[in-house]
Amino acid sequence: MSEYVFEPWWVVAILPEILLVVLAIAILIFDLILPLESRRNLGWVAAGGLGLILVLGLIFSRPTSDALMWGGMLAQDWLGFTFRMLFLFAAAITAMFSMDLPRLGNRGEFYVLMLASTLGMMLMASSADLIMLYLAIETTSIPLYVLAGFLTQEDKSTEAGFKYLLFGAMTSAIMLYGFSLLYGFSGTTNIYELASRFQQGIVSDATLMGVLLLVLVGFGFKISAVPLHFWAPDVYEGSPTPIAGFLSTASKAAGFAVLLRVFLAAFPSLAPYWGAIIAALATATMTLGNLLALAQKNIKRMLAYSSIAHAGYAMIGVVAVSQLGASATVFYLIAYVVTNLAAFGVIAAVGRITGSDEIASYAGLSRRSPWLGIAMLVSFLSLAGMPPFGGFIVKFVVFAAAVEAGMIWLAVVGVLNSIIGLYYYLTVLKHVYLYRSEDEGKPLPVTRPYAVGLVVLILGIILIGTVFAPWITLSGSAAAGLF
Amino acid sequence: MQFPILSIIVFTPIITGILILLIPAERKTEVRVTALAAAIFALALSIWVYFSYDIPAGGYQFIEKYSWLPQFGISYHVGIDGMSAPLVLLTGVVMFTGVLISWGLDDRPREFFAFLFILATGVFGVFVALDLFMLFFFYEIAVFPMYLLIAIWGWKETREYAAMKLTLYLFIGSVIALVGALAMYFTSGLGTFDMLELEKAGFSTDFQILWFPFVFFGFAVLGGIFPFHNWSPDGHVAAPTAVSMFHAGVLMKLGAFAALRVGIMLLPEGAKFHMGWIILLTLVNVVYGAYIAMVQTDFKYVIGFSSVSHMGLVAMGFATLNADGMLGAGVQMFSHGVMTALFFAVVGMVYDRAHTREIPRLGGFRKMMPLVTLAFIIGGLVSMGMPGLSGFIAEFPIFMGVWGTAPWIAIVAAISIVITASYIIRIIGRVFFGQVPEEFEGHITDVSVLDKVALVLLSAILIVVGIYPAIMTPLVESGVNNILRLLGGA
Repeated sequence: MSEYVFEPWWVVAILPEILLVVLAIAILIFDLILPLESRRNLGWVAAGGLGLILVLGLIFSRPTSDALMWGGMLAQDWLGFTFRMLFLFAAAITAMFSMDLPRLGNRGEFYVLMLASTLGMMLMASSADLIMLYLAIETTSIPLYVLAGFLTQEDKSTEAGFKYLLFGAMTSAIMLYGFSLLYGFSGTTNIYELASRFQQGIVSDATLMGVLLLVLVGFGFKISAVPLHFWAPDVYEGSPTPIAGFLSTASKAAGFAVLLRVFLAAFPSLAPYWGAIIAALATATMTLGNLLALAQKNIKRMLAYSSIAHAGYAMIGVVAVSQLGASATVFYLIAYVVTNLAAFGVIAAVGRITGSDEIASYAGLSRRSPWLGIAMLVSFLSLAGMPPFGGFIVKFVVFAAAVEAGMIWLAVVGVLNSIIGLYYYLTVLKHVYLYRSEDEGKPLPVTRPYAVGLVVLILGIILIGTVFAPWITLSGSAAAGLF
Repeated sequence: MQFPILSIIVFTPIITGILILLIPAERKTEVRVTALAAAIFALALSIWVYFSYDIPAGGYQFIEKYSWLPQFGISYHVGIDGMSAPLVLLTGVVMFTGVLISWGLDDRPREFFAFLFILATGVFGVFVALDLFMLFFFYEIAVFPMYLLIAIWGWKETREYAAMKLTLYLFIGSVIALVGALAMYFTSGLGTFDMLELEKAGFSTDFQILWFPFVFFGFAVLGGIFPFHNWSPDGHVAAPTAVSMFHAGVLMKLGAFAALRVGIMLLPEGAKFHMGWIILLTLVNVVYGAYIAMVQTDFKYVIGFSSVSHMGLVAMGFATLNADGMLGAGVQMFSHGVMTALFFAVVGMVYDRAHTREIPRLGGFRKMMPLVTLAFIIGGLVSMGMPGLSGFIAEFPIFMGVWGTAPWIAIVAAISIVITASYIIRIIGRVFFGQVPEEFEGHITDVSVLDKVALVLLSAILIVVGIYPAIMTPLVESGVNNILRLLGGA
């Protein structure tokens, strides 16, 4: 790998990551000097800092050409860049939603762990080397295990953290075994070189497919695809709500980033085989996720199953194995991240006051707080795929990708699934708008971080859902590097 | 560039809806006044558009086109022809009268009017859409507020069930049609969703025969076509008055219109192949709907099933694929929209005072509400197809057209008029004439001035179109010619 000679632009390219580390250190220092009463403001520091990094990244770190850097460890391209910016956005929103939660928002280490995890995700999105990729995945996961179990006084949170750790460690070990086999067969860990080595036919397609399945276990866990979805409902239910939101959005999107890169860039020749497997997984993921969501009484569990189902929709774009398909997946994830963060934001804001995550406790919400009601309406209808919200156009593009690839059956499965989805989203809205409750008279104050975060997200949902062209251009250029 | 009048019509309601949401919840009068002002504005513009459509020129007019998503060939492309112009006017009328009728609504009027107006934007958008994607976009916008409007403000007994049933039915239909639309997009190879381009795509006959049923029925679900009509009476009955008016008056036309625009106009060969049996389904609609209406005892269910029957006539007119049938169907969409809005307004007024809709328990409302009685009789005569009223102008050409393709169907369908007469006359006799039951004696008040304005406007339209059909038929005819051109002469 001696051909990689340090060039100054490498530093600029990873400027967001560097600043992220600086921000994490700054928060640790503030945590020491700020008095306990005002430590909640660390959330503003984190959110503001992330916002600033996002802006600086957009200005300075835009990829000019596709290239490998840092000894072939990282790739500079639009795919990675799009996802990295998305993670920064999600982390900023999560920081805001966490601020006003007791035993969470006033603890510096919470923000630091979250930033560390965000750093891992950003590296995941741009890893071009299996070793770098594995390290990035672990950097993402380990802080998340701690964050899921952060509320140590609550049994459910502890259980969530522990469960997440066990499942995560297991699948990550299987994936690592797959990585080691890939290296053993090819003699390289670079994702892009793997492709050319395997094209020489070192091993049979069947063997290689077996290895890819091992790798898929790790990725499938990250995106919570069936049959690796078991952890999601329990972990979401027990985790602090903003962390559940972070897990279901940024962490899942990071999984998709590596899935797209590894499968589409490194193994395009095997696409008919893994395409069939992922198509089957997508069908199972959508259907099972939606069907199980129907039966849920707890809103976080319901959203966990719903987020499993959404992973299924996003996988349709991967299955299409086309420029349109990959950009559909990227676009889907952008809209999904914004929408689901809004849904979890509302839940955090409501749960903070009512102390309950039961769907029944949402009765009368629109009378208690009309604005939270509207926010919930917008985010849930967007999840259901209704215009003029973001969820509609992205489902449209994903199904279009399936039809273009000649997989009309998959589009039909997706369409039928979105009907089931509509049913349970509407059921929740029925509680919000229709049912009465005894607590209607009690106020439901919405603090400033929630107000700011939700307004940004709701505007984002509507913006994605009405002005499509820039988003399609962005996700199109993200997908372009894969083919 | 000309004045973007259609865009203003489309976006006035939704912008008003958002503004209404910003008004504090307690200031209910301001909410209502804002809603009324917007409704009058939209009505005025739709009247203006209707009368300034240049009939001799024909084709699509008031066209606006902006690129929306160039990568997919999606554009914001609007325009109206002779088919859609009356429907835009209809929506304006129903929106205006719906606001008047809902003036007294006291539970969260802010949210009510906001959702109602979002619905109105969806409806206007579908009627003026010339881009397939845009049509879907607005179609879905029209569907989901319906759920909330029925579930929140509807009739307590059945609202949750009916709202969910309706939403799922319509959503299933539309997403199935969506898959068909995607198939059209990729098969055409033109890379555009513009319907004026797709008309010329020249799809193979096999493709058209395969996809026509999906697209046609996907939309016709909302038009209440048998056997997918089941959601509609339940939905009508559970909905609050203004929403029933919107729902039966305008929304069902949305389904019929989209089935025409996307199904028949883009897949004409498929239409020719399948219409032979679809016309039989519409016959079931017409006769069976009327029969079920006759045996109902709930006033609102009678009207609900009568809508199924009358919308069957619209679909039947389309299914003839000839000039007479199409012309009749075009006028029937408008005429039925106004008529059924009038019916549901009357039902709502009676129910608000009597708190029951069981026909045997009502009686003598003529004494307390003379104007309402008169309006209902006019609507009833329209529904029976009495000459001199708009129903005749609509139904006569439909029967002529059906006679041209299958005379026996015309004969059987004509029976429905007799059945219609029987249930309408029964209602007039029982509800408005006859003895006033003791329980209502003395505490039934007449309707408010606003209600009267709405009723007078709706009745007047029915009469004007009836005695001066030239106000509408040449316009619809120009639209029909456009469709016949696609069907290949005839």
